[in-house]
Amino acid sequence: MTILGIPILSLLIFFPILGAIILLFINKENGRALRWVTLLFSFIEFIFSLPLFFAFDSKTGAMQFVEDWWWIQSYGISYKLGIDGISLLLVLLTTFLTVLCILCSWTAITFRVKEFMISFLFLETGMIGALVALDLVLFYVFWEVMLIPMYLLIGVWGDPKRRIYAAIKFFLFTMAGSVLMLVAILALYFLNQKATGIATFDVLELYQLGLPVGTQYWLFGAFALAFAIKVPMFPFHTWLPDAHTEAPTAGSVILAGVLLKMGTYGFIRFAIPLFPNAAFDLLPLVSVLAIIGIIYGALVSMMQPDLKRLVAFSSVSHLGYVMLGMFAFNMQGIQGSIYQMLNHGISTGSLFLIVGMVYERRHTRLISDFGGLSKVMPIYAVFFMIVTLSSIGLPGTNGFVGEFLILLGAFRSNVVYGVLAATGVILGAAYMLWMFQRVMFGKITKPENEKLKDLNAREIGILVPMVIVIFLMGIYPKLFFSKMDASVEKFIKDFHGRVEMKADLPAPKVAEAKK
Amino acid sequence: MKIPEIDLYLIAPEIILAAFGFLVLLLDVFLPNKGRKSYLGMVTLIGIVLAFLYTLPQIGLVKSGFAGMYISDGFALFFKITFLIIAFLTVLISMGYTQREGIAFGEYYALILFATLGMMLMASGSHLITIFLGLETMSISIYVLVGLMREDKRSVEAALKYFLLGAFATGFLLYGIALIYGATGSLYLKDIATYIASKSLLRNPMLLMSLVFLTIGFGFKIASVPFHMWTPDVYEGAPTSITAFMATGVKAAGFSALIRVFFSALPAFRPDWTSIMWVICVATMTLGNIAAISQTNIKRMLAYSSIAHAGYILVAFVAGNDLGTSGILFYLMAYAFMNLGAFTCVILLGKKGEENTLITDYAGIGFKYPLLAVSMTIFLLSMAGIPPLSGFMAKFYVFSAAVKEKFYWLAILGVLNSAVSVYYYLRVTVLMYFRESEREITGLQFSPASVIALILAVIGTLYMGIFPANVLSFAQRSIAGLM
Repeated sequence: MTILGIPILSLLIFFPILGAIILLFINKENGRALRWVTLLFSFIEFIFSLPLFFAFDSKTGAMQFVEDWWWIQSYGISYKLGIDGISLLLVLLTTFLTVLCILCSWTAITFRVKEFMISFLFLETGMIGALVALDLVLFYVFWEVMLIPMYLLIGVWGDPKRRIYAAIKFFLFTMAGSVLMLVAILALYFLNQKATGIATFDVLELYQLGLPVGTQYWLFGAFALAFAIKVPMFPFHTWLPDAHTEAPTAGSVILAGVLLKMGTYGFIRFAIPLFPNAAFDLLPLVSVLAIIGIIYGALVSMMQPDLKRLVAFSSVSHLGYVMLGMFAFNMQGIQGSIYQMLNHGISTGSLFLIVGMVYERRHTRLISDFGGLSKVMPIYAVFFMIVTLSSIGLPGTNGFVGEFLILLGAFRSNVVYGVLAATGVILGAAYMLWMFQRVMFGKITKPENEKLKDLNAREIGILVPMVIVIFLMGIYPKLFFSKMDASVEKFIKDFHGRVEMKADLPAPKVAEAKK
Repeated sequence: MKIPEIDLYLIAPEIILAAFGFLVLLLDVFLPNKGRKSYLGMVTLIGIVLAFLYTLPQIGLVKSGFAGMYISDGFALFFKITFLIIAFLTVLISMGYTQREGIAFGEYYALILFATLGMMLMASGSHLITIFLGLETMSISIYVLVGLMREDKRSVEAALKYFLLGAFATGFLLYGIALIYGATGSLYLKDIATYIASKSLLRNPMLLMSLVFLTIGFGFKIASVPFHMWTPDVYEGAPTSITAFMATGVKAAGFSALIRVFFSALPAFRPDWTSIMWVICVATMTLGNIAAISQTNIKRMLAYSSIAHAGYILVAFVAGNDLGTSGILFYLMAYAFMNLGAFTCVILLGKKGEENTLITDYAGIGFKYPLLAVSMTIFLLSMAGIPPLSGFMAKFYVFSAAVKEKFYWLAILGVLNSAVSVYYYLRVTVLMYFRESEREITGLQFSPASVIALILAVIGTLYMGIFPANVLSFAQRSIAGLM
């Protein structure tokens, strides 16, 4: 479907590349022009993405704005795009955060501006593409395309000390997981071809395939590994603190905001609906890992001396909630899980922005180097407080809605999981508030901190939209839930239908034989 | 005795290559010394283009000639096109390089043409002697080309090493052919297959021995483990343009003959060679990748990487289905572009007396020579199998062939290897972009011809990655009737 005759999703994918091409022709010394052009392009991209929200039909759980062309016909590989209530909001989050990332790099990126901006626009293409692709090969291509710009962002513009290590670690971890997924994609393709005679990588068609549970385990394992690394779930999270800490601010924001969501999105779009029985059977394993992630992430956060590392580990904890909610397999859990994906993008993204702002001034991120900042930077303190509370999940902010629903879903599915996960909320409040207290309150112990400038107009301009979204999502969540209701309902109905059918097993014969 | 029908039109491309080879030799002798060098290259290019134009009309036809010793079918034509592309790019990158290194002899270009002629014969051979003749024509030309830098000890050493080991490998191959002849009484590929099928010779020791010998002979040319020992030394020592030519052309030619002989003549032995090749395949991928990690010289690294790529291609060979065979064809063409491109970058970064082939020499060039570095990055990432580049599509096809035949472990080992390989390809990009140069590399001269070659290689790599459908369906049509 198109809007005003324009294939909107393709436009969203390729518009940033157009921007990158135009950047190629701008003199690299002209940083001002480079920044403005990139900002303009990312902003127009955001404007382009808004019609999706308004033209979206929230009554149906089916894919919308679908575009479907052959890419490699002899293989059944198509260029198929489409969004439903699950991906819609993530696409909007991506275009929204990209604008803010360009803004927050305004003065932070001082060298090789051209290359930075080009990388960022390519990254946006990869992210949008991965979120809207409905063909497994197409998805895989975009999934990998995201890697290279992110790798460059960390490696070139990252913190000089360990950026190379972090960049390579990020790349290899993701790559190792995803190559196995590729084999699983191929295996699924051939199994489907054998069963139905149709050669296709179209996920919507592959959803219909009932595989023997034993096969599902293997394939689910391969998909889940790729996504679990990206989420990251405990124990595959070790690349995350390094990548987050070493990346430039914009890189951290987009990494937390969108790239991690690719993992959770991958579960909900691909791993679970393709292999429902395996997902259902492995529920305890995933839930336990998620809970370990919640508690472990929180405990480690508490002990971090470095602000950025603290926020990074808090991501492990937050993403644990997302996974737990998703694997509750009920309406509340999954809606909460999707909501929490967005929340995490907004809150943790804001936290990285805020840490980045103070880092730009002081060139340190150690908590012990700060203290009493609220006196010299009152505006900063206000924003920091709001974002901190949103991250903790104070009622009235977005974080509350997500966490509450997830915990509700978890309790309904298993009380023990719910109770354990709830302790994470307490721990979350503890490490965030303690961090806030050490950074913002008390006496100013370091003389360098006395002359810190408060936020300038640009920085306020970055944070205000974030805060608006925080409150909007906290006070009027219906605006967003109404978009996803139908899709989530359909997801759950399909899922439980498939699980009860025991995967349309061709197995009855086997069972009879055993009797 | 009936004189076999001779259809010269059938071998017009080969004739053109041979004629231009002689022409270049003559021009080299009779034309005045001054300024001749650049035109020898031009003449060679014209020859290649002409040969190409004579190859194109044959697409879609299957014709056999010279008493059935020579066949021009889709399979052969696809390979011929690949070889001609390789030769074209090689000559382009050679024009500046040979001038710089003082090896711009007429023989250089003539030998490239003769080697290409040999490769084309190999792909078109439907008789073991034709294949053998092609192989020798190619090999002998290459032996000379490798040793062309007479003053460079490494070049001479490489040539000697390649020649000695190559001679042994050829010996094995010939022995294998002789054994086949002994067992079946024929050297025509089709007749061999029919004879084996009709007499059920599956446990014939002579044929089993010949299978092993043929594997050794071809395994040497495609640089598979354990017949790969020569590769790093020869690739390092040879003039870089010739290294590129070998890594792409000789490998492709080796595969063309390997596939033709095994699939057309010995299909009955598939269970036997599948198990041999499975082991060779895994060993080749793994050793190639692991050894590449620790290299400090980029030519050696690319040498080991080319071994690994032979391994990936063997994955499809083991799978042995249509999907795999067309995948191999696609792979070899994609590999030609990306590997020649990578070697072009290696050449461009060097200058007279200073080759700059250490990987550390790449430090900091990312922002100093941005286009060179971007191209190199594209080629390396393509070899690493990152979409949307041709290397990804190529790997996608070969691994899918393995998955289709339920060689799951082979596919898994393949992709894991591919993930390992990312490390050493990335290392070069790390140096190019993330580190400052330790010493200045200045005064590089980019010859226009090499830059054209580079651009063509980039276009080829991107095109086959983003729009693979055309080349793939061409490859699929090309293998019709092979098996």
